[in-house]
Amino acid sequence: MRCQRCRGDASVEVRRHHTAFCNEHFIEFFDRQVERAIEGERMFTRDDRVLVAVSGGKDSLALWDVLRRLGYTATGLYINLGIGDYSQESYRKTVAYADAQGAELLVADIPQDYGMSVEEFARATRRVSCSACGLSKRYLFNRVAVDRGFTVVATGHNLDDEAAVLFGNLLHWQTEYLARQAPVLPSTHPRLARKVKPLYRIAEREAAAYAIIRGIDYIVDECPNSVGAKSLLYKEALNLLEQAAPGTKQSLYWGFLERGRPLVAAQDTAVLRDCIHCGQPTTAEVCAFCRMTERAAERMRVRRAAASVPPQDAPATDPLQPAVPAPPAGE
Amino acid sequence: MKVLIRHQKREVEVAGRRRVREVLLELGVNPESVLVIRGAQLLTHDAQVSDDDTIELRPVVSGGAA
Repeated sequence: MRCQRCRGDASVEVRRHHTAFCNEHFIEFFDRQVERAIEGERMFTRDDRVLVAVSGGKDSLALWDVLRRLGYTATGLYINLGIGDYSQESYRKTVAYADAQGAELLVADIPQDYGMSVEEFARATRRVSCSACGLSKRYLFNRVAVDRGFTVVATGHNLDDEAAVLFGNLLHWQTEYLARQAPVLPSTHPRLARKVKPLYRIAEREAAAYAIIRGIDYIVDECPNSVGAKSLLYKEALNLLEQAAPGTKQSLYWGFLERGRPLVAAQDTAVLRDCIHCGQPTTAEVCAFCRMTERAAERMRVRRAAASVPPQDAPATDPLQPAVPAPPAGE
Repeated sequence: MKVLIRHQKREVEVAGRRRVREVLLELGVNPESVLVIRGAQLLTHDAQVSDDDTIELRPVVSGGAA
C-alpha cells in the first residue's frame, strides 16, 4: 500500500477515507483533522489556556502532544483515582511524558484529598466503578479549571468513543443525554468551564497510530474496572460494522451532529445553580459528587464504628497538587 | 512467525509467509481493533510478514467512564 501523498510505503491505512499514509504524512493528516475540529467548532484559540485531561492513555497523551505541537497553551491535569497498580503505572507514564517534553502538569489526588479511592466511592454508594470514576473526573476537571483560571477543558474523546456513547444512548433512547452530546459543551454557568473534544474527528485506531509514530510511551493495559463495560461492547459491535462498511462510525456520529442533534438539542433544559456544599454548578441542591463523597464517608464511618477502628484524619480540602511547579492562575 | 497478542497477554506462532490481514483472520482478530507493529514500524493490512518476523498486535480499543 502506498502513501497517498508521497507514494512511499504506507504505514497507516485510513479506510473510512479510502486512503493510506506514511508516518510523516499521517501526522500531517492527524494535525489537519485536529485543526479542523478546533477551528470548525470554535473550540479555542492560541490565546486560550487549555487544561488537558490526561490519563496516561493513548488518546489523552496524543491530544496533549498535538495541541502543544500546534502551538496551543496546554497544561495537563492528571487525577489519581487510586486504582492500585493501574493508577501508579498511568501516573508514571504521564509524568515521564511531561518531564521529557517540559510540559506543565497538575495532579489531583482523590485518595489523599477525599480519604478513599473511586473504587471505594463506588462500593460505598453501590455505583458501578466507571460511574463513580466518570463523575469524579468530570467534577475535578471542572473545579480545577475554574479555580486555576483555565478557559477550557479538553478531553481525549475520539470518534469511536463518541460513536459508542451515541450508539448506547440511541439503544436506550436517552434523549436528555443525546441533547448534551457534542464536541463543544459551552459554559452555561460562571463556575462551569467549556468542555471540548478536539479528537472527535479522529478514530481510536488513528489516535493509537499517532502515539506510536510520535514515540509516546502510553499505558496500553486497560483499566481493570472497565472489564465488561457497556462502552466496550458497543465499540466491538461498531467495529464489526466498520470492518464490513468503512465509515460507519463517522457516518453515525457526524451524521448525528449534522442532522440528529438539532432535533433533540431543545431537550437540554437543565438549569444550573450552585451546590450548597462546594459551590460547583449542579441541577440539584447538592451536587452529585458531594452526595457521593458524603454518602461514602458516612458509610465508612459506620463501618469503622462497627469494627471499632479509629477514624483517619480529616481529608485535605485542596484537591490539587502541582507535580511540576505551576504558575499562578491567570499567568 | 511470532505474534505477540498484547491484550490477551499471549504469544502464538503462525507459520508461513503471508499478509497481515491473513494473520489477523487466522487469529480471529478484527483488524479495526488492533494496530500491527514490526519493530517500531506500523504495518498496513496488505504488508507481507514472514517466518523470521516478530509482530505485535496492539489493541486500540479502550473504554469505561465517559
